[in-house]
Amino acid sequence: MSRVRLLVGTRKGAFILTSDGKRKDWSVSGPHFAGWELYHLKGSPVDPNRIYASQTSGWFGQVVQRSDDGGVTWNAVGNKFVYDGEAGTHQWYDGTPHPWEFKRVWHLEPSLTCPDTVFAGAEDAALFRSTDGGNSWEELAGLRTHGTGPAWQPGAGGMCLHTILLDPENPQRIFIAISAAGAFRTDDGGLSWKPINRGLHSQYIPDPTAEVGHCVHHIAMHSSRPGTLFMQKHWDVMRSDDAGESWTEISGNLPTDFGFVIDVHAHEPETLYVVPIKSDSEHFPMDGQLRVYRSRSGGHEWEPLTQGLPQSNCYVNVLRDAMAVDSLDSCGVYFGTTGGQVYVSPDGGDTWQAIVHDLPAVLSVEAQTLP
Amino acid sequence: MTARVRVELPAHLCRLGGISHEVEISIEGAVTQRTVLDALELTYPMLEGTIRDHTSKLRRPFIRFFACEQDLSHISPDDPLPAEVIEGKEPFLIIGAIAGG
Repeated sequence: MSRVRLLVGTRKGAFILTSDGKRKDWSVSGPHFAGWELYHLKGSPVDPNRIYASQTSGWFGQVVQRSDDGGVTWNAVGNKFVYDGEAGTHQWYDGTPHPWEFKRVWHLEPSLTCPDTVFAGAEDAALFRSTDGGNSWEELAGLRTHGTGPAWQPGAGGMCLHTILLDPENPQRIFIAISAAGAFRTDDGGLSWKPINRGLHSQYIPDPTAEVGHCVHHIAMHSSRPGTLFMQKHWDVMRSDDAGESWTEISGNLPTDFGFVIDVHAHEPETLYVVPIKSDSEHFPMDGQLRVYRSRSGGHEWEPLTQGLPQSNCYVNVLRDAMAVDSLDSCGVYFGTTGGQVYVSPDGGDTWQAIVHDLPAVLSVEAQTLP
Repeated sequence: MTARVRVELPAHLCRLGGISHEVEISIEGAVTQRTVLDALELTYPMLEGTIRDHTSKLRRPFIRFFACEQDLSHISPDDPLPAEVIEGKEPFLIIGAIAGG
């Protein structure tokens, strides 16, 4: 019988939650790396026991951990992230030039084909790659040195590269997203990049339709349709059917289209999930009701999913990397909150239950479906 | 002459390195912050980048160095450490600054 392993990164350590295919009873291990911020953990699609973890601290900087046994034991691997050549400047919050400074890794994306290859999305925004299991890192500098780089500005959480999507049909194509520069795509394995923000409208920037400067919060893709992308922007939920060349809004009847997470059902490429958040100044659900919204039509028409979720006095947030799906026949959907809850729906969102209630604030959730 | 210097590390770095609260490291020649940290990182390479920057070798902002009840955080990394540290009578303390939650 298949099993599920959830990799949960929190403000104070990592937790691994495991269950059988019923996803009713769970065992919890952790905290791993207690006291450190675990921005993200992700397993290799080729070798699920190979897991990479981004461990960071304001005191001690960046550490990358690797497990080769499914998270039972860990070893620190390389943590030397150095920008290639002259780092240059980007814009600071006040519009003045500010030197590029490495702060942390927000997201680790293992290769679809090689367990030793993994990509790292960094703050200040840059994409790094390791081909030796995380022992050493090189920057794919064509992104940071794109001509628009000096105009990029940080979002409220820093200038982070938080989304990395690898095209399963084209190994030369990668999508990334940066707060608050926007989305970019390479078609040559990372040598050169182009902004893919046409159709985005951000009224909070001087030119609402600018080539860059959009605060993209997260992008999701279904592996069977890598040309179709779904985006939760700062405000607005968007989709692209031409690999990011153009975007259209699909917020439809959402009660608010601000939010952080977005994900796609494992078997239904037009079934989407978001968690609407009240606003950019009030990072909690509307009316104290935690509701996942599902669209079964690729957007525009959304239905609230509430069964098993708190419907009063709930003021948590769900951060950009804190939603995931498994690939069991009945698709499981998961998300973690800043209140330390991790919720599971074993039936595609119809019903929910809390796996854990009291973890530290959850930064990321990834699901592994195991044989 | 080989100096045997005692180094105390914060708990997070002890766990990261799989080491006890205090380690003893051997140093040939001058005993300075730089030579102590060079030797420490050579023995425990997973600590590279956690105490000082990989490239600039500057102390990370929230790390402090103490010994013999003195704050040594702002002395030159090439200044000799106190004699008591060189002689192994007092430890060289690497401290995570008290800040945040």
